[in-house]
This record gives sequence, structure tokens and C-alpha cells, in this order.
Amino acid sequence: MNTPISPAGLALETRGLCKSFGALMVANDIDFRLARGARHALIGPNGAGKTSFVNLVTGALESSSGRIILEGEDVTSLSQAQRVKRGLARTFQINQLFRGLNVLENVTLAVGERHGVAGKLFRPAGSRRPIIEEAYALLEQLGIAEEALRPVREVAYGRQRLVEIAVALGLQPKVLLLDEPAAGVPSSESGTIIEVIERLPSDLALLIIEHDMDLVFRLARRITVLVQGTILIEGTPQEIASDAQVREVYLGERAHS
Amino acid sequence: MSERPLSVIDAFARRHRLHPLELLPWALAVGTYFIFPDYLALGAQILAMTLFGLSADLVLGYAGIVTLGHAAFFGVGAYTAGYLAAHGVGAPIVGLLAAVVVAGAVGLISGFIILRTQGLSILMLTLVVCVMLQEAANKMTSITGGADGLQGMQVEPVLGIFRFDIFGHTAFWYCLAILFIGWIVARTLVHSPFGRSLTGIRENVMRMHAIGSPVTRRLLTIYTISAAMAGAAGAVIAETTGLVALNVLSVDLSGTILVMIILGGVGRLYGAFVGVPLYMIAQDRFSQIDPVYWYFWIGLLLVVVVVFARGGVLGLIDSLIHRVRRWR
Repeated sequence: MNTPISPAGLALETRGLCKSFGALMVANDIDFRLARGARHALIGPNGAGKTSFVNLVTGALESSSGRIILEGEDVTSLSQAQRVKRGLARTFQINQLFRGLNVLENVTLAVGERHGVAGKLFRPAGSRRPIIEEAYALLEQLGIAEEALRPVREVAYGRQRLVEIAVALGLQPKVLLLDEPAAGVPSSESGTIIEVIERLPSDLALLIIEHDMDLVFRLARRITVLVQGTILIEGTPQEIASDAQVREVYLGERAHS
Repeated sequence: MSERPLSVIDAFARRHRLHPLELLPWALAVGTYFIFPDYLALGAQILAMTLFGLSADLVLGYAGIVTLGHAAFFGVGAYTAGYLAAHGVGAPIVGLLAAVVVAGAVGLISGFIILRTQGLSILMLTLVVCVMLQEAANKMTSITGGADGLQGMQVEPVLGIFRFDIFGHTAFWYCLAILFIGWIVARTLVHSPFGRSLTGIRENVMRMHAIGSPVTRRLLTIYTISAAMAGAAGAVIAETTGLVALNVLSVDLSGTILVMIILGGVGRLYGAFVGVPLYMIAQDRFSQIDPVYWYFWIGLLLVVVVVFARGGVLGLIDSLIHRVRRWR
């Protein structure tokens, strides 16, 4: 296996990434670069392949061809779990939480996996204090500590979105893929989520997949536009906002809907 | 640090402590020995089947693996202990340990294939394993005795001291001791980080993958442990009854054990302790009251539980307690 040398400063890179389901190309030769500490948004109309891109990068979907390089290491052939161990985490557009378990335990499961104790057969889970304290500290950081002992399913949806982020942060990732972090949250509450994202450590590379343009323009310093599985353009928010092509395929469509 | 987080973390840790009610089944079992001395044989069977139910709950209730073939491991355990007892190795503990190893190995090998699939495929494959093993036992008459059952078991006294008697005194204590060990194993497991991660897999397997959990390996581990425990239950039944026939490997038995733990409540460790005795006592009573149609009453009991108490008897008790608390 030849390990490609990635230019210094790249947290994540894809080269010629392709994925097709029969005749449908959800990823078509995607060359994408995410710098360390990036605040990068991936936007595009519905069905552009944004979530498929996340699934390819995390390994939930197997790519048809192309390569995925994480922190300079080719991870294309690695499993999802192995990629997580190397510092790649994600959140989901629709909450994927352990609904019957309480908020603290949701995060504890992730922290436990990271520390490699999640497979231990002896000693109760509750006696592993450092793990639980770390999970609790995350809840405090995100302002949801008072929900710690409530089952997730009883927690308000907007706060569940924060649990979604807390679980991913429990993995202490180097690269975090946020799939529509404010999806399904009323705009009055999305401010809290934006603030939480703004406060994330600056060395964490963030890729935000988003529909909400307010959120994108507030958080992102670079934007990539994906259309029909292909990168249309990449640039600063100003460049994207003023690009005629983008207005036509993306912002234009929004104006119609 | 402020006082609050400590108390939250304490509350979180406290869930693992032994609740006094968890000792109730053992008190009842010991009480049964003295109060119903005429029912010790049935009691021993119930205890052994409770161990089988406990093993099924680990797989179904905790890991969320829907199996219709758990009797495969029970049967393998029963035949292993039975075969040894029929060939000069009659020490019950030796037969039991051999059954644990062989059933665990069968669980590991079949699980390795089965657990790569999901949903209905798992259901079908567990069924297939069970049917195949039963048919193999049916054909290998020289080892299993085929349809006639295993012949000539000579079970020696437990530890060379306690002889199995016709009243079931020894059988009762033997079964109770083995169930107790099985319970300690199961309880330790479900409270361990591993056990909690199994619950995570049951709750949301997609998220477990996304937090880097080796899901298939975890499932294979619990499947193997559960198979070994089911094998122990089979061995204990074989040794205490002195009989092994093809029905120990039947899909019928696989279904019955599920019915029993659903009756009690799955995924709560004590479902088997409630459901198995309830089912077997009801079966015993109904079959005496109504020898022809007793199965109808069992069916009715199950329908009532499914309609009115989705979480089984324990689920019903839970919701009643919940309601009473809200009233006050």
C-alpha cells in the first residue's frame, strides 16, 4: 500500500472519489480538501449527494473508486470503526441517538469507545468515573447538563440536536462532519446550536453540511457547492454568494421553492 | 467542583448496585423447597429452564438479536452431557462443563456466519442452524439414539456426594446452584461497559458504528456466551431427568423459550425469572384441569399479556408503580 503524502495542514482529503448506485452517480470524481481547523461548509440542492459524501468519507458507504486520506493516512480500505479511531466523527441529519438511554449514557458510550473500555466484561459501567466525568463535562460545555439523567426520548428536539453533537465530541475527533446540525430545529433555537459550533476548539476541522444559508454564512470561512455528485465551485462565502452559476442552481432553486 | 455533578454521577453509578428485590427470586426458590416438597422435580425443571430463558434474554433482550433457534445450543448441551453420561463420564459437573464448551463453540461458529447479516436473515439463519442440528441428531443414531432418544445415561452423584433421588431434592439444589452462577455471570455482563454497549447496539446500531464500536465482534461475544449458558441449561436438564430426545433441538422449544421470556418481559434480566415459572406452572395446572385443550389457555394467557402488557409482567408492574407514583 502506498501511503500518499498529503500537503501539510490537510485534515481530510478525497481524490477522485466516485460512488454509483447503478446508473445513479452520487459522487462523481470528487477532489475535496479540508484544512486543519477548517470551518468549511458543503452546500448543494436536495439530492446533490451531500449526505452520501459524508457516508463515503466515514466508511458507512463503500466507494466505487477514489481515495480518502485522513490526516495524511490513506483510510480508503479501513472500516468505519477504524476511521473513528483515527479521529473522524460525524453527526446525523436525523438524530441517531440511543433513545431509551439517558443523555449522560449516550455520551458515555462514545467516550468509553474512545478509551477502549467499552468492550470490558467486568466491573459495572457506572464505576468508571473518569469516563463518566468526561462525558458530563461535555454536557456542561454544551449547556445540557441538567438533562443528564433524562432519557433522550423525553428531551426536547432542539436539545437532542445538542446531544447528537455531544456524542460525536465524546470521540475527541480531529475531523468532525456535521450533517445539517440545525435540521428540524425552529429558527428561534438554532442560535444555540450555532453558538455551540462557534465555541468548538479551533484545531478541530469542521465540515458542515447545511441547507440553512444563515448558518452557513455565519459559520463557514470556505464553502464548497456540490451539484449532482460533482463539485461545482469552491470559494470564500463572498465568492460563492456572488457566483452566477451558484445563484442559478442553488439559490435560484431556493427562491422558487 | 460544584456539588451537582457529583450527585448526578453518583446517581448514574448507583443504578448498578444490587437492589434488595433482586434477591427475591432466590428467597422464593429456597422457600419453595420447604413449602412444596412434592413439586421439587417440576421446580428443578423450572430452574433449569430459567437459566435457558436468561441466556435467550441476553441475546434477544439486550443485544436485540431475534433468534428462533436458541434451542440449538440447549440441545447441543443436553446431548453433550447425555452422551458423556452414557459413555462412562457420569460426573455431572464434568458433563456440564463439557456442554458449556461445546455449545459455546457451536455458538461461536454459527454466530460467525449468522451475525454478518441483519434482521430477517438473522431470524432465518438461526432457524436453519437449529433445524440442521436436529436433523443431524436424527440421522446420527449411533451417537444420539435418533428418534428413540439417547439410551443408557448413568449420572453419578454431584461432586461424588449428592445422589440424584426420585423426589428431586438433589436436582433442585443442583439446578438452583447452576442458575445462581448463570445469574451472576449475566448480571455482571449486563452492567459492564460491554453490556451497556450491547444495549447501544439494540437501541441504534447505526450510531454504534459511527462511534467506532466493533459491532459484529460484540454481538459474536454475547452470542457465544449466551450459547454456552443455554448449553449449561440443556446439560442440567439432561442430567436431572436422565433423558435426552430430539425435542431438545426443536424450533418448537426455541419458540417456547421466547414466549416464556416475553411473558416475563425481555431485556430486564428478570423476565426469565418471572416468565418461565409462570408459563411452566400454568402449563402444569392447565394440563391437569384441561388435558386436551391446555395449550389454548396458554395461548390466551399470551394474547392477554401482549395486548395489555407489552413489556410482559415486569413491564406491567413497572407502569403500575409509575402510575401510583404520579398519583401521589
